[in-house]
Amino acid sequence: MFKEAEIRTFIEGTTAYFESSAQQSATVGSPYLVTDGNPGAYEYTGVISITGTRKGVVYFTAPRGMLTVLLMRMQETDTSDENIKDLVGEVANTISGNARRDFGKNFVISVPTIIAHDLEKVTTPYSRSFVIPINWRTHSAKLVVCLE
Amino acid sequence: MPRVNSVKNSLKLMIVDDSNIIRRRIERSQQIDRLEVVGAASNGRAAVEMFRRTQPDVVTMDLTMPEMDGVECVEEIIALNPDVLILVVSALADKATAVEAIEKGANGFLCKPFTDRQLNDALEELLSEA
Repeated sequence: MFKEAEIRTFIEGTTAYFESSAQQSATVGSPYLVTDGNPGAYEYTGVISITGTRKGVVYFTAPRGMLTVLLMRMQETDTSDENIKDLVGEVANTISGNARRDFGKNFVISVPTIIAHDLEKVTTPYSRSFVIPINWRTHSAKLVVCLE
Repeated sequence: MPRVNSVKNSLKLMIVDDSNIIRRRIERSQQIDRLEVVGAASNGRAAVEMFRRTQPDVVTMDLTMPEMDGVECVEEIIALNPDVLILVVSALADKATAVEAIEKGANGFLCKPFTDRQLNDALEELLSEA
Protein backbone atom coordinates (compact mmCIF):
# COMPACT_ATOMS: atom_id res chain seq x y z
CA MET A 1 0.00 0.00 0.00
CA PHE A 2 1.32 3.39 -0.98
CA LYS A 3 1.66 5.60 2.07
CA GLU A 4 0.37 9.13 1.96
CA ALA A 5 3.60 10.34 3.57
CA GLU A 6 5.52 9.06 0.54
CA ILE A 7 3.71 11.55 -1.66
CA ARG A 8 6.03 14.22 -0.24
CA THR A 9 8.89 12.75 -2.30
CA PHE A 10 6.98 13.32 -5.52
CA ILE A 11 5.84 16.81 -4.54
CA GLU A 12 9.46 17.80 -3.90
CA GLY A 13 10.54 16.22 -7.19
CA THR A 14 7.88 18.16 -9.07
CA THR A 15 8.75 21.55 -7.59
CA ALA A 16 12.48 20.88 -8.06
CA TYR A 17 11.92 20.13 -11.74
CA PHE A 18 10.27 23.46 -12.49
CA GLU A 19 12.69 25.46 -10.35
CA SER A 20 15.74 23.97 -12.07
CA SER A 21 14.57 23.45 -15.63
CA ALA A 22 12.24 26.40 -16.08
CA GLN A 23 13.79 28.56 -13.36
CA GLN A 24 10.27 29.46 -12.39
CA SER A 25 8.44 27.85 -9.47
CA ALA A 26 5.33 25.78 -9.85
CA THR A 27 2.74 25.60 -7.13
CA VAL A 28 1.44 22.24 -6.10
CA GLY A 29 -2.15 21.86 -4.96
CA SER A 30 -3.34 19.50 -2.28
CA PRO A 31 -2.80 15.92 -3.41
CA TYR A 32 -5.95 13.85 -3.51
CA LEU A 33 -6.78 10.20 -3.71
CA VAL A 34 -8.69 8.77 -6.66
CA THR A 35 -10.23 5.36 -6.04
CA ASP A 36 -12.16 4.72 -9.24
CA GLY A 37 -9.15 3.90 -11.41
CA ASN A 38 -9.56 7.04 -13.48
CA PRO A 39 -7.24 9.84 -12.33
CA GLY A 40 -7.54 11.59 -15.69
CA ALA A 41 -5.12 13.04 -18.21
CA TYR A 42 -4.32 16.00 -20.41
CA GLU A 43 -3.26 16.02 -24.06
CA TYR A 44 0.26 14.64 -23.48
CA THR A 45 1.29 12.03 -20.92
CA GLY A 46 4.65 10.51 -20.05
CA VAL A 47 4.25 7.18 -18.26
CA ILE A 48 6.97 5.49 -16.20
CA SER A 49 6.45 1.86 -15.19
CA ILE A 50 7.74 1.02 -11.74
CA THR A 51 9.12 -2.42 -10.89
CA GLY A 52 11.37 -3.84 -8.19
CA THR A 53 10.34 -3.42 -4.58
CA ARG A 54 7.39 -1.26 -5.66
CA LYS A 55 5.08 -1.83 -8.58
CA GLY A 56 2.85 0.49 -10.52
CA VAL A 57 3.12 3.62 -12.63
CA VAL A 58 4.00 7.27 -12.25
CA TYR A 59 2.77 9.59 -14.95
CA PHE A 60 3.07 13.29 -15.72
CA THR A 61 0.32 14.71 -17.87
CA ALA A 62 0.04 18.22 -19.27
CA PRO A 63 -1.57 20.26 -22.05
CA ARG A 64 0.40 21.31 -25.10
CA GLY A 65 0.35 24.98 -24.10
CA MET A 66 2.18 24.34 -20.86
CA LEU A 67 4.76 22.08 -22.47
CA THR A 68 5.40 24.57 -25.24
CA VAL A 69 6.09 27.38 -22.76
CA LEU A 70 8.24 25.05 -20.66
CA LEU A 71 10.34 24.22 -23.72
CA MET A 72 10.73 27.91 -24.45
CA ARG A 73 11.79 28.59 -20.85
CA MET A 74 14.49 25.96 -21.43
CA GLN A 75 15.68 28.02 -24.43
CA GLU A 76 14.46 25.31 -26.80
CA THR A 77 13.28 26.85 -30.07
CA ASP A 78 11.97 23.62 -31.59
CA THR A 79 8.46 23.19 -30.19
CA SER A 80 7.47 20.42 -32.59
CA ASP A 81 5.21 17.57 -31.52
CA GLU A 82 8.28 15.33 -31.26
CA ASN A 83 9.93 17.63 -28.76
CA ILE A 84 6.70 18.11 -26.81
CA LYS A 85 6.46 14.31 -26.44
CA ASP A 86 10.13 14.15 -25.53
CA LEU A 87 9.63 16.75 -22.82
CA VAL A 88 6.59 15.14 -21.21
CA GLY A 89 8.55 11.88 -20.99
CA GLU A 90 11.61 13.61 -19.59
CA VAL A 91 9.59 15.30 -16.85
CA ALA A 92 8.06 11.95 -15.84
CA ASN A 93 11.48 10.29 -15.97
CA THR A 94 13.17 12.97 -13.90
CA ILE A 95 10.56 13.09 -11.14
CA SER A 96 10.44 9.27 -10.94
CA GLY A 97 14.22 8.95 -10.96
CA ASN A 98 14.58 11.57 -8.26
CA ALA A 99 12.21 9.53 -6.08
CA ARG A 100 14.98 6.95 -5.72
CA ARG A 101 16.66 9.38 -3.33
CA ASP A 102 14.04 8.22 -0.81
CA PHE A 103 12.86 4.89 -2.25
CA GLY A 104 16.30 3.50 -3.04
CA LYS A 105 17.86 1.71 -5.97
CA ASN A 106 15.25 -1.04 -6.07
CA PHE A 107 12.62 1.49 -7.13
CA VAL A 108 13.23 0.56 -10.76
CA ILE A 109 11.96 2.93 -13.42
CA SER A 110 11.35 2.21 -17.09
CA VAL A 111 12.10 4.48 -20.01
CA PRO A 112 9.05 6.70 -20.63
CA THR A 113 6.08 5.65 -22.74
CA ILE A 114 4.37 8.61 -24.36
CA ILE A 115 0.64 8.86 -24.93
CA ALA A 116 -0.54 11.83 -26.97
CA HIS A 117 -3.96 12.91 -28.16
CA ASP A 118 -5.64 9.77 -26.79
CA LEU A 119 -6.84 10.21 -23.23
CA GLU A 120 -8.55 6.80 -23.20
CA LYS A 121 -5.20 5.07 -23.43
CA VAL A 122 -3.96 6.58 -20.17
CA THR A 123 -4.73 3.91 -17.59
CA THR A 124 -3.47 2.84 -14.18
CA PRO A 125 -2.86 -0.73 -12.98
CA TYR A 126 -4.69 -0.25 -9.68
CA SER A 127 -7.86 1.59 -8.72
CA ARG A 128 -6.16 3.83 -6.13
CA SER A 129 -3.93 6.68 -7.30
CA PHE A 130 -2.64 9.84 -5.72
CA VAL A 131 -3.00 12.90 -7.91
CA ILE A 132 -0.72 15.90 -7.39
CA PRO A 133 -2.19 18.99 -9.11
CA ILE A 134 0.47 21.27 -10.59
CA ASN A 135 -0.06 24.93 -11.46
CA TRP A 136 2.57 26.78 -13.43
CA ARG A 137 2.03 30.22 -14.91
CA THR A 138 -1.53 30.00 -16.22
CA HIS A 139 -1.36 26.27 -16.90
CA SER A 140 -2.47 23.19 -15.01
CA ALA A 141 -0.99 19.70 -15.14
CA LYS A 142 -0.82 16.73 -12.83
CA LEU A 143 1.43 14.02 -11.58
CA VAL A 144 -0.29 10.70 -10.93
CA VAL A 145 1.31 8.16 -8.62
CA CYS A 146 -0.24 4.69 -8.66
CA LEU A 147 1.75 2.19 -6.63
CA GLU A 148 0.57 -0.98 -4.94
CA MET B 1 49.46 11.64 -14.53
CA PRO B 2 47.00 13.59 -16.67
CA ARG B 3 44.15 11.49 -18.04
CA VAL B 4 43.69 13.71 -21.07
CA ASN B 5 46.39 15.41 -23.11
CA SER B 6 46.21 18.92 -21.62
CA VAL B 7 48.40 20.31 -24.41
CA LYS B 8 45.46 20.00 -26.80
CA ASN B 9 43.58 23.23 -27.38
CA SER B 10 40.19 21.61 -27.59
CA LEU B 11 38.64 18.50 -26.16
CA LYS B 12 36.02 16.48 -27.99
CA LEU B 13 32.67 16.07 -26.24
CA MET B 14 30.08 13.39 -26.96
CA ILE B 15 26.58 13.75 -25.46
CA VAL B 16 24.55 10.62 -24.68
CA ASP B 17 20.90 10.91 -23.66
CA ASP B 18 17.69 9.36 -24.96
CA SER B 19 16.03 12.79 -24.78
CA ASN B 20 16.61 15.03 -27.77
CA ILE B 21 15.83 18.14 -25.73
CA ILE B 22 18.41 17.19 -23.10
CA ARG B 23 21.04 16.50 -25.77
CA ARG B 24 20.33 19.87 -27.35
CA ARG B 25 20.26 21.60 -23.98
CA ILE B 26 23.66 20.25 -22.94
CA GLU B 27 25.13 21.29 -26.29
CA ARG B 28 23.57 24.75 -26.03
CA SER B 29 24.29 25.36 -22.36
CA GLN B 30 27.82 24.14 -22.00
CA GLN B 31 30.08 27.19 -21.99
CA ILE B 32 33.47 25.54 -21.73
CA ASP B 33 35.57 27.14 -24.48
CA ARG B 34 37.78 24.16 -25.08
CA LEU B 35 34.93 21.65 -25.41
CA GLU B 36 33.84 20.90 -28.95
CA VAL B 37 30.76 18.71 -29.45
CA VAL B 38 31.58 15.93 -31.90
CA GLY B 39 28.43 13.90 -31.62
CA ALA B 40 25.26 12.99 -29.75
CA ALA B 41 23.72 9.56 -29.28
CA SER B 42 20.29 8.50 -28.03
CA ASN B 43 21.15 5.13 -26.52
CA GLY B 44 24.13 3.20 -25.24
CA ARG B 45 24.60 1.05 -28.32
CA ALA B 46 24.68 4.05 -30.64
CA ALA B 47 27.02 5.79 -28.20
CA VAL B 48 29.59 2.98 -28.31
CA GLU B 49 29.48 3.05 -32.10
CA MET B 50 29.88 6.83 -32.16
CA PHE B 51 32.66 6.65 -29.58
CA ARG B 52 34.66 4.34 -31.86
CA ARG B 53 34.26 6.77 -34.76
CA THR B 54 34.77 10.11 -33.02
CA GLN B 55 37.14 9.21 -30.15
CA PRO B 56 35.87 11.89 -27.75
CA ASP B 57 37.86 12.99 -24.70
CA VAL B 58 34.76 13.78 -22.63
CA VAL B 59 31.33 12.12 -22.50
CA THR B 60 28.10 13.15 -20.76
CA MET B 61 26.13 9.98 -20.10
CA ASP B 62 22.48 9.41 -19.25
CA LEU B 63 21.71 6.15 -17.41
CA THR B 64 18.10 5.21 -18.19
CA MET B 65 18.08 4.58 -21.93
CA PRO B 66 16.67 1.96 -24.32
CA GLU B 67 18.80 -0.70 -26.05
CA MET B 68 21.82 -0.33 -23.76
CA ASP B 69 21.69 1.55 -20.46
CA GLY B 70 24.27 4.06 -19.31
CA VAL B 71 26.09 1.88 -16.80
CA GLU B 72 26.75 -0.80 -19.41
CA CYS B 73 27.75 1.89 -21.88
CA VAL B 74 30.23 3.37 -19.39
CA GLU B 75 31.84 -0.06 -19.03
CA GLU B 76 32.15 -0.52 -22.80
CA ILE B 77 33.55 2.96 -23.37
CA ILE B 78 36.08 2.61 -20.56
CA ALA B 79 37.18 -0.68 -22.12
CA LEU B 80 37.81 1.19 -25.38
CA ASN B 81 39.63 4.11 -23.74
CA PRO B 82 40.33 4.12 -19.99
CA ASP B 83 41.43 7.77 -20.18
CA VAL B 84 38.08 9.20 -21.29
CA LEU B 85 36.34 11.50 -18.82
CA ILE B 86 32.69 10.60 -18.21
CA LEU B 87 30.11 12.80 -16.50
CA VAL B 88 26.96 10.86 -15.71
CA VAL B 89 23.89 13.11 -16.09
CA SER B 90 20.92 11.22 -14.69
CA ALA B 91 17.68 11.59 -12.77
CA LEU B 92 18.49 8.51 -10.70
CA ALA B 93 19.16 10.25 -7.42
CA ASP B 94 20.03 7.40 -5.08
CA LYS B 95 23.58 7.17 -3.78
CA ALA B 96 23.99 3.52 -4.80
CA THR B 97 23.52 4.35 -8.48
CA ALA B 98 26.07 7.16 -8.35
CA VAL B 99 28.55 4.91 -6.58
CA GLU B 100 27.99 2.13 -9.13
CA ALA B 101 28.58 4.51 -12.04
CA ILE B 102 31.78 5.79 -10.46
CA GLU B 103 32.95 2.23 -9.77
CA LYS B 104 32.39 1.35 -13.43
CA GLY B 105 34.66 4.22 -14.44
CA ALA B 106 32.63 7.43 -14.54
CA ASN B 107 34.39 10.50 -13.13
CA GLY B 108 31.45 12.62 -12.01
CA PHE B 109 27.71 12.60 -11.43
CA LEU B 110 25.23 15.42 -12.13
CA CYS B 111 21.67 14.84 -11.04
CA LYS B 112 18.77 15.96 -13.25
CA PRO B 113 17.12 18.40 -13.19
CA PHE B 114 20.08 20.77 -13.48
CA THR B 115 20.63 24.44 -14.12
CA ASP B 116 23.06 25.70 -16.74
CA ARG B 117 25.40 26.75 -13.96
CA GLN B 118 25.33 23.31 -12.35
CA LEU B 119 26.12 21.73 -15.72
CA ASN B 120 29.08 24.01 -16.33
CA ASP B 121 30.37 23.62 -12.78
CA ALA B 122 30.22 19.84 -13.15
CA LEU B 123 32.05 19.97 -16.48
CA GLU B 124 34.70 22.33 -15.06
CA GLU B 125 35.24 19.98 -12.14
CA LEU B 126 35.49 17.03 -14.51
CA LEU B 127 38.04 18.82 -16.68
CA SER B 128 40.11 19.76 -13.66
CA GLU B 129 41.02 16.08 -13.61
CA ALA B 130 42.44 16.37 -17.10
